[in-house]
Amino acid sequence: MATDRSNVPLLEVSNLRVEFATRRGPLVAIDDISFSIAPGEVLGVVGESGAGKSLTGTAIIGLLEPPGGITAGEIRLAGRRIDNLPHDEMRKIRGKEIGAIFQDPLTSLNPLYRVSEQLIETIRTHLPMDASQARARALTLLQEVGIPGAAERLDHYPHQFSGGMRQRVVIALALAAEPKLIVADEPTTALDVSIQAQIISLLKRLCREHGTAVMLITHDMGVIAETADRVAVMYAGRIAEIGPVQDVVKRPLHPYTTGLMGAIPAIGHDVHALTQIDGSMPRLDSIPRGCAFNPRCTKVFDRCRVERPDPIPQGRTAVACWLYDGAGR
Amino acid sequence: MSENVLRVTELKRYFDVSKPLLNRILEGGGRQVVRAVDGVSFEIERGETFSLVGESGCGKSTVARLIVGLYHPSDGDVEFEGVSLGRPASRARHPEKQARMQMIFQDPYASLNPRWRVGDIIAEPIRFRKLEQGAAVMERVGELLKLVGLAPRDAAKYPHEFSGGQRQRISIARALAGKPDFLVCDEPTSALDVSVQAQILNLMKELQKELNLTYLFISHNLAVVYHVSTKVGVMYLGRLVEWSETKTLFGNPLHPYSRMLLDAIPDLEMSGRARTPVGGEVPSPINPPPGCSFHPRCPFANERCKSEVPAVLSYGSQHVACHAVQEGRLPLWRDAAAA
Ligand SMILES: Nc1ncnc2c1ncn2[C@@H]1O[C@H](COP(=O)(O)OP(=O)(O)OP(=O)(O)O)[C@@H](O)[C@H]1O
Ligand SMILES: Nc1ncnc2c1ncn2[C@@H]1O[C@H](COP(=O)(O)OP(=O)(O)OP(=O)(O)O)[C@@H](O)[C@H]1O
Ligand code: SF4
Ligand code: SF4
Ligand SMILES: [Mg+2]
Ligand SMILES: [Mg+2]
Repeated sequence: MATDRSNVPLLEVSNLRVEFATRRGPLVAIDDISFSIAPGEVLGVVGESGAGKSLTGTAIIGLLEPPGGITAGEIRLAGRRIDNLPHDEMRKIRGKEIGAIFQDPLTSLNPLYRVSEQLIETIRTHLPMDASQARARALTLLQEVGIPGAAERLDHYPHQFSGGMRQRVVIALALAAEPKLIVADEPTTALDVSIQAQIISLLKRLCREHGTAVMLITHDMGVIAETADRVAVMYAGRIAEIGPVQDVVKRPLHPYTTGLMGAIPAIGHDVHALTQIDGSMPRLDSIPRGCAFNPRCTKVFDRCRVERPDPIPQGRTAVACWLYDGAGR
Repeated sequence: MSENVLRVTELKRYFDVSKPLLNRILEGGGRQVVRAVDGVSFEIERGETFSLVGESGCGKSTVARLIVGLYHPSDGDVEFEGVSLGRPASRARHPEKQARMQMIFQDPYASLNPRWRVGDIIAEPIRFRKLEQGAAVMERVGELLKLVGLAPRDAAKYPHEFSGGQRQRISIARALAGKPDFLVCDEPTSALDVSVQAQILNLMKELQKELNLTYLFISHNLAVVYHVSTKVGVMYLGRLVEWSETKTLFGNPLHPYSRMLLDAIPDLEMSGRARTPVGGEVPSPINPPPGCSFHPRCPFANERCKSEVPAVLSYGSQHVACHAVQEGRLPLWRDAAAA
């Protein structure tokens, strides 16, 4: 399905299913998704709020918390299965082999410790460095993520940074141990374009020079267009469309992707109201039968309301939509 | 007649970020002061949306927090509907003014109490202002949840059960619950995908028209700013370097820094226009360069720029702090002919 540039994917997710146990039975949040990321590749993940992007990332880094959990499928890192590892072993992989940038900066930062202490601890846990080497690396990292006056800032506490600076400290923490895979959940949301560009080129450089693979979760199509090699569009816990970024952005196939592209505000276009995709994404407890997008889809037909489409290859893209089924209507 | 809702005059806020005295003696190093906001003045008329843009760390959130009273100014004043609120004592004397201002915070996680149910979080301002009583409170909460694209039954859940964007919408619902006249929105849609973002921005515009709301809007997304604002102010290192009508600012920016910001907008069309990143190192607000603090990065800097802080001067409807503009030696902007 995926069109990898290399034969050995660094990350391989197959038929992943994530559920929340509730009193009224399980809620399916991620429903049978598969994708892979090659070394040096950036896979963008987009989709409406609540589509399951963060949960997919959380499942990969092994941090789902009960009542949530993986109930089916496999996750492999460089060929090794990691979804069923004991807690301790997974903790070693996190930080060392997988760097996580969380959507919520407070998950990664401890308000009671100086930024220097937090960076140095992460570095020394995973890399063979003494205290002064680690401090030097911590400073370099802060400079690389564009914190002005990094030397003066190193010993400050998280609350003394601005929102965007905190976000960059989190990025520095994720990169500290030179991981092979970076799961970045909305890493640039609070950042202005120039810093965004700096972070993006930093990520790209890591991919190029160290073969780092990146799963980049973001709702910012501009960032995707510039950074990602391929992009996966998620809807209601499933992948609606996945393919090379040029194809998906310029010639979207899935009706949902088409709608997403229309809602992007642009400078110079004076519109009274931005295009919305009418309706909203279904919540986990009311996902419609058949294609989950069918109540909002302008191209819906009978089959969509009964049968659920799986990804159908279309050139280098795969689309979960009955419009592209050879068997047709 | 237009009426000023908010007037900010020479607003300043400095933070002392020095190490403790003992450490300074042992390890060396002097006092360190961050000049987060360093003399900002602007006005917002009723029914307007005034946006603040500028690089991360330039002081946008600090201005917002000064206005709603979460920080006290080191100097300068904030006037709301003609009443000075700059000093903590005067703010305390006017709880009725304070109650009509609400803020949507940049960090939706930190601003939602994890131990409260979403319903109670949203109901709090309704109860505080006694806007509804009894069962009507929860009815109103349900309406607000629907407005932001969530469901009334979400009221029973806790914040951790929601995705990032859903939490951001909960904080928007809470801010609207108190029926504010003046709403400070600090990156209100940064965690939202384009479709939900469009929904929320459209909603905010509708409410503004209906209720004559006034917004102070902060966003790093210039396309969003273009879409929602009446006026835009550009901040650099704690100062407002340019402000004017939205169309004017985007069509004919005067300050060299505003121009750089616009040049750095990512290219969505993938037309191949290389975006020009804002060049040069962002200076630290702990040791800002003297004179015009933008001079180390400015292609038009001269000797005067290195020593003399440029004052904000008005050129027609544009307000700009730049010596080159004042001296009339700034070249035309790339799109100026077309605009
Ligand atoms: N702890 C939880 N308990 C119950 N439901 C949850 C929990 N965490 C997430 N969910 C639900 O799972 C769905 C997917 O959440 P996820 O955080 O993956 O969304 P997302 O795609 O990252 O959205 P956003 O763009 O808003 O961050 C959402 O509907 C959310 O409400
Ligand atoms: N409580 C504080 N203590 C010390 N310094 C602070 C404090 N709050 C803010 N600062 C500093 O003041 C400056 C301005 O911060 P502010 O949060 O206003 O920036 P911002 O423009 O909102 O940036 P961003 O776009 O990253 O959110 C930064 O250098 C920041 O580190
Ligand atoms: S399967 Fe049917 S409802 Fe779903 S996106 Fe395709 S056309 Fe629309
Ligand atoms: S005052 Fe001088 S340095 Fe500052 S922006 Fe204008 S030309 Fe550039
Ligand atoms: Mg998320
Ligand atoms: Mg801020």
